[in-house]
Amino acid sequence: MTTIAPPAAAVGIGLKTRHVPEVIDLKPTLDFFEVHAENCMVAGGPALRQLAEVRERFPLSIHGVGLSIGGAAPLDQRHLDRLATLLQRFEPVWFSEHLAWSSHGGAFYNDLLPLPYNTETLARVCDHIDAVQERLGQRLLLENPSTYVEFAASTMDEGRFLAEVAARTGCGLLLDVNNAYISAVDHGRDPWDLIAALPVAAVGEIHLAGFAEDRDGAGDRLLIDTHGTPVAEAVWDLFRRTLRHLGPRPTLIERDQAIPPLAILVAEAERARSALLDAAAWPEAA
Amino acid sequence: MTQSRAIQTTTAAALALALGTALTLGNTAVAGEGAAKEKCYGIALKGKNDCAAGPGTSCAGTSKVDYQGNAWKYVPAGTCEKTASPTSPTGQGQLAAFKAM
Amino acid sequence: MIPQDPIQAGFANALLAPERPLPPQVVTWNGSDPTVRFDVYRNNVVVSLTEALADGFPVTRALVGETFFAAMARCFLAEHLPDSPILTDYGDALPDFIAAFPPTRGLPYLPDVARLERARVRAYHAADARALTAQDLAHHLADPQRLPATRLALHPAWTLHVSEYAIVSLWAAHQGQGRIEDVDLRRAESALVLRDGDAVQVLPLSSAIAGFFATLAAGLPLGVAAEIAAATTPDFDLTQALALLIHHGGIAAWQPSGEPPA
Repeated sequence: MTTIAPPAAAVGIGLKTRHVPEVIDLKPTLDFFEVHAENCMVAGGPALRQLAEVRERFPLSIHGVGLSIGGAAPLDQRHLDRLATLLQRFEPVWFSEHLAWSSHGGAFYNDLLPLPYNTETLARVCDHIDAVQERLGQRLLLENPSTYVEFAASTMDEGRFLAEVAARTGCGLLLDVNNAYISAVDHGRDPWDLIAALPVAAVGEIHLAGFAEDRDGAGDRLLIDTHGTPVAEAVWDLFRRTLRHLGPRPTLIERDQAIPPLAILVAEAERARSALLDAAAWPEAA
Repeated sequence: MTQSRAIQTTTAAALALALGTALTLGNTAVAGEGAAKEKCYGIALKGKNDCAAGPGTSCAGTSKVDYQGNAWKYVPAGTCEKTASPTSPTGQGQLAAFKAM
Repeated sequence: MIPQDPIQAGFANALLAPERPLPPQVVTWNGSDPTVRFDVYRNNVVVSLTEALADGFPVTRALVGETFFAAMARCFLAEHLPDSPILTDYGDALPDFIAAFPPTRGLPYLPDVARLERARVRAYHAADARALTAQDLAHHLADPQRLPATRLALHPAWTLHVSEYAIVSLWAAHQGQGRIEDVDLRRAESALVLRDGDAVQVLPLSSAIAGFFATLAAGLPLGVAAEIAAATTPDFDLTQALALLIHHGGIAAWQPSGEPPA
């Protein structure tokens, strides 16, 4: 099993079941693959066996979408146990989750729902992250979400909130540049306000993806995170600027809908690699 | 007692005979004609816990679909129309709009 | 006791009910109607859960059509949100929901088709228990007296389906095996859903063999299961039944009489 962490200028893609045979046979020029934790929580069968085969050839990143870290309810201990088992088995280089909530009253809504950014939410999120890191024995990377509404109850901006969480819990951050762009457009902000506020050393991974575009009630642009299209040029621009600020970071191309052939996703990841190599050569890189 | 012992012996012999034959049968002999294998691997082709965002601000999630109300306007309209329905008086799949109670 | 959170309670109240008011505190930067933006969340929840269901029920979907299925899924998920974040587990309750769903009353075979499809997903993800092979079992022939009281544990990837309708033929016709028009739905059919290597198979069974397997699965010994099957159906073929069990990897454990259950 590969145990060496991929280099900082590493690129990866989300692992899709339909690509698994090709990934195993052809070993594409990628440094890691990412899987959604909840997709791997099955008793047995081909899905787990195939994942083990990929794991023998590539480092894995495990990305949770169901822990509801921002949920008012206590963390689901059974789900934490399942995560612990999964992490033990597949030894991922990173484990990440979202600054969001998705469960309420025992029901799972399967969406990353937004939180007000204030001291009350901060305390809750930090408590939950402390508990997660303790149970998993691993540092968590917390991802900034795409949000479509804001709350009158918010007292701090997202960048400061994330910086505060990282400082209090020691968790790392997963900077989703696409989410940063979407939220900025959707709330009439500059995406750089978020990115510049993050502690540079805490950012352990970057996500890139595509969005759909709609209009809100006032006719202003409303971007929706779909993971269903190639990365937008505006997001590539923001990514390059981010790399000049942060230095290279392991970068993942996410695609969950309208999934193209593996080669298309590999090419998109290679485009990210070029940007990472440029950033590594940049004299002012952090 | 004696009789049940006799039955069990017979069954034991029958089971031994059947098991002995079954064990020696080749795999192909029992493959079962009509065993319907799935084509490629359709199951779990997609991870279910993937991002599946709605396409916009107005579609499935924004319309109320209440089958207990009067507004149910959907009719099964698929391959069921090709089947001979066991309950329909016409013998065909139910095509008439369902009248909500 | 779950801590009160008015915003999250408000989301939960409004996400699946477009006619209900938005959660408190929701604002937009440009003063536009927040409902339009909240509808993104409504869509995400409904669309993503509908897709998760649709994936697992391709034949059910084909039978009623995409529009009807989506509308039915919308009704289902309003009553049955997932109770865990693992969506491969979502959909267990759909067959029973369909059985009680008035608009599908004209398709009485539909719940059993849905059960068969759900079993296929379950079989695909079932635990990897090693199945006993012919070689593993051969030595039991040396002690035939212990056979009648022997109990079997069937493989976790096996499920048995007994239907009053021709669900196996109907399912197969949707895989390109036979014509849908030729299926006589009034014919009762039974099937075994199992995982063979990486493939999930739907194996048609005679009702006698299906009954035999059901008796074994209920924990009764081999001798009793064979006698019941023979008594119910004179042409019950014990050899064929055992051959099916062995060669399709159906036996997870073989417990001769006198041995405690595993």
